Amino acid sequence: MAAVFARALATSPHAAGPAPRATQDPAWVRWTLTAVALLFLLFFLVLPLAAVFTEALRRGLGAYFAAFRDPAALASIKLTLIAAGIAVPANLVFGVAAAWLIAKFKFRGKSVLTTLIDLPFAVSPVISGLIYVLVFGLQGWWGEWLLAHNLTVIFAVPGIVLATMFVTFPFVARELIPLMQAQGADEEYAAITLGANGWQTFWRVTLPNIKWGLLYGVILCNARAMGEFGAVSVVSGHIRGETNTMPLHVEILYNEYNFVAAFAVASLLALLAIVTLVLKALVEWRHAQSRTL
Amino acid sequence: MSLAVPVPQSPRRVLPGFGLSLGFTLAYLGLIVLIPLAAAFLKTAGMSWDEFTAAVAAPRVLASYRLSFFASFAAGLVNIFFGLIVAWVLVRYAFPGRRIVDALVDLPFALPTAVAGIALTAIYAKNGWVGQWLEPLGIKVAFTEIGVFVALTFIGLPFVVRTLQPVLLELEPEIEEAAASLGANRWETITRVILPELFPAMLTGFALAFARALGEYGSVVFISGNMPMRTEITPLLIITKLEQYDYRGATAIAVVMLVTSFLLLLLINLLQKWSRRYHRI
Repeated sequence: MAAVFARALATSPHAAGPAPRATQDPAWVRWTLTAVALLFLLFFLVLPLAAVFTEALRRGLGAYFAAFRDPAALASIKLTLIAAGIAVPANLVFGVAAAWLIAKFKFRGKSVLTTLIDLPFAVSPVISGLIYVLVFGLQGWWGEWLLAHNLTVIFAVPGIVLATMFVTFPFVARELIPLMQAQGADEEYAAITLGANGWQTFWRVTLPNIKWGLLYGVILCNARAMGEFGAVSVVSGHIRGETNTMPLHVEILYNEYNFVAAFAVASLLALLAIVTLVLKALVEWRHAQSRTL
Repeated sequence: MSLAVPVPQSPRRVLPGFGLSLGFTLAYLGLIVLIPLAAAFLKTAGMSWDEFTAAVAAPRVLASYRLSFFASFAAGLVNIFFGLIVAWVLVRYAFPGRRIVDALVDLPFALPTAVAGIALTAIYAKNGWVGQWLEPLGIKVAFTEIGVFVALTFIGLPFVVRTLQPVLLELEPEIEEAAASLGANRWETITRVILPELFPAMLTGFALAFARALGEYGSVVFISGNMPMRTEITPLLIITKLEQYDYRGATAIAVVMLVTSFLLLLLINLLQKWSRRYHRI
């Protein structure tokens, strides 16, 4: 009722003061736009997500869980955890170091460095895998050396880890750099002046200030690390039970027309995506709260 | 803001760890990103010009550029239109479940591309949830160019929405009130005041979505059907060449794509600078 009354007041645009509802769209516009937005999101986001679970459960729960008794599926889950388990901590340490460097010091070439850190986002996943084949593959730069020392990188686990590190390279750094730049270095200066050493300053002053941004970056980094497809597809060699991550295992099952198993493994990845979105929303909410306090 | 107050110059390096963080950052960046990327350019530098052009301008490769370009472009345009509506609704209107919808917008970032690919294929196949309604109308989506466009639209949406949202939030209601008090109706306020304000952000969002779509692989390969000359995207051709052990050919195409993406990255950086300056006024 109040809204109707207010809008009735605002119908005369030449009223003396600025109309209180001048920034408000008419009700039919609001309803139409909301409906269009929700329908678009329904078709492009909700339906694909729902399809994953529907297809996975098409033949019932028994068939669904059977997909996870396949040793190749378990091996793919293990490999995905290994790849993310190495790539995420490595990029976390890098992100903190790079953000410390860029946010706390003045030096030449800083903006070039910032652009270079973002570079992996501009590279197609397929090319992210290809470049490691060129370096470590049999015909690559170090191919013969690796062969002579009986080491394999390409079509083996190290290549998958490296490709995953490349595609998730900027995630933590690009969350932390703007955050730490905005915070400045005054608190760290104070800590140093009061006699703290570098590590004490980092652990007790910097880290508590950046914890939400750090967590945010790690969540996004992990989602991409576990879900990467194109880059690992190039370096993996698709050896069943050995060099297939979960997304690659999904592809193999799908191409064998084993749709229920493919969607069952895919449903785990979809759950990971949902958990990622929930955690991300929670961290954003906590971060917003800690800033208003 | 720009009052000529002399800023006291703090001593450059009071804090410890400059050498350590610089050394580690450069070493890690070099080993993981720069050296491998350089390998692609050096490999191509070893090719003769004729060999290079034969690899990157073969008819099948040209057809893939055309598809990648037009499908990414069309997906970007659709995302600007619907992304603007989604961002507007999320910023301006209150409705139940708004926060859930807002979180859902990031789904294409969080859902592994291969999962998105098989899910979209299932929906748009001729017996799928949407495909069965389009089939009688003579519209085929899965395994056609339209399928490529649908997958790229899915992938690009969050780029546009997330670029527009902060700009919409910062739009001052006073400008709209001023427009209204000067006699503009709501439509005039939107088309003459709000949309011009949003233009740089719309362009940036489009460029981000477009750049991502050009390189996208996982979500497209399942729904595209991969028919030579018709539904092969450029990243797929790199994979095809690698499977035939044609490393030089694959790398040559990769270099064309890399140069394109770096130019786009440059353009996006310029756009973002422009957008920031535009909004400071």
